[in-house]
Amino acid sequence: MPISVAAIEDAPLMIAGRAFKNRFFLGTGKFKNKSDLAQSLEASGSELVTVALRRIDLERHQENILEHIPKDTTLMVNTSGARNAEEAVRIARLARESGYGNWIKVEVINDTKYLLPDNHETISATTILAKEGFVVLPYMYPDLTTARELVKAGAATVMPLGSLIGSNQGLKTKEFIKILIDEIDLPIVVDAGLGSPSQAAEAMEMGSDAVLANTAIATAGHPAALAKAFSLAVAAGRLAYLGKAPRQKDFADPSSPLTGFLFDPLDPPIPSNPGRESGDLEKGGSTPPFRFVPRNRKAISGI
Amino acid sequence: MKIILNGQTKECEDSISLKNIVDQFCKEARLVIAEVNGTIIKSRQWNEKILSPGDVVELVNFVGGG
Repeated sequence: MPISVAAIEDAPLMIAGRAFKNRFFLGTGKFKNKSDLAQSLEASGSELVTVALRRIDLERHQENILEHIPKDTTLMVNTSGARNAEEAVRIARLARESGYGNWIKVEVINDTKYLLPDNHETISATTILAKEGFVVLPYMYPDLTTARELVKAGAATVMPLGSLIGSNQGLKTKEFIKILIDEIDLPIVVDAGLGSPSQAAEAMEMGSDAVLANTAIATAGHPAALAKAFSLAVAAGRLAYLGKAPRQKDFADPSSPLTGFLFDPLDPPIPSNPGRESGDLEKGGSTPPFRFVPRNRKAISGI
Repeated sequence: MKIILNGQTKECEDSISLKNIVDQFCKEARLVIAEVNGTIIKSRQWNEKILSPGDVVELVNFVGGG
């Protein structure tokens, strides 16, 4: 989704020398059928998609997922299923053997309840794979020390989780991702847990470089609609970031001028029901007449 | 002889090649990556790779994933 408004022209996101105009990356898991996947890929306009590597089912027919992915899309194989660095490296090497490039999303998980990544093993796998020439995009728990180690290890990006995989909880780790955005000199791709386009926009508004989502789209009633909505939200969030959206404040700040008209903000507040005596309504009294409060001299002189 | 194919014990002819195993079990999968006893075997070597009893063969392909 190219962004172009007067005075703001976004540069493509560069990862390992490859340029991405669309900052929304789509995962291909959990789609009910291949038609939903194909339509979602098209609707999203995503230029980078993830796939996984699994044993071939010897008993049942399996469609070739690659048939549904446009040829000019960058394919990134995840190492899901890996419980340690060694298994992640093994999956990556198998993936490379396919001839479909060497982009790897390192994902090392040994916790089945929360599916939280093992940052330590992720660093180890990234170190090995980067030395072997892989383009490594590690999925990690947003921790500054780990992110710095991943930079040293040769990662191409850092991909912190927004919240638990598939949870749709949004940016639970927002404050820690902000630290990575401020301190890490690599693209920050928010991955996992984003359940709605507004959450994706929020990630981009705060300065993330890209967003990767899967479950929210694949499990939607109309996946292609969500794919498009995510893509638009990512572009909108990016534009807001480039446009330097103002920060949140603790107090109100009027959008229309408060001086120079009917009253001066320094005047004492006007009672909401001037002149009303307690029990007026009960006595059958009507609303008291509006009392004109004259502007003071200061206000008049300011007009 | 018996081999372990994708975690299952399978009976097959003696001295069968990896190519024959792939052809037999992966008729529809168009892109197959093979590993024998933990070592990746390139597709151009499948004909020459003769399996032995007890070999652990893994045949994998791409599926949807996030």
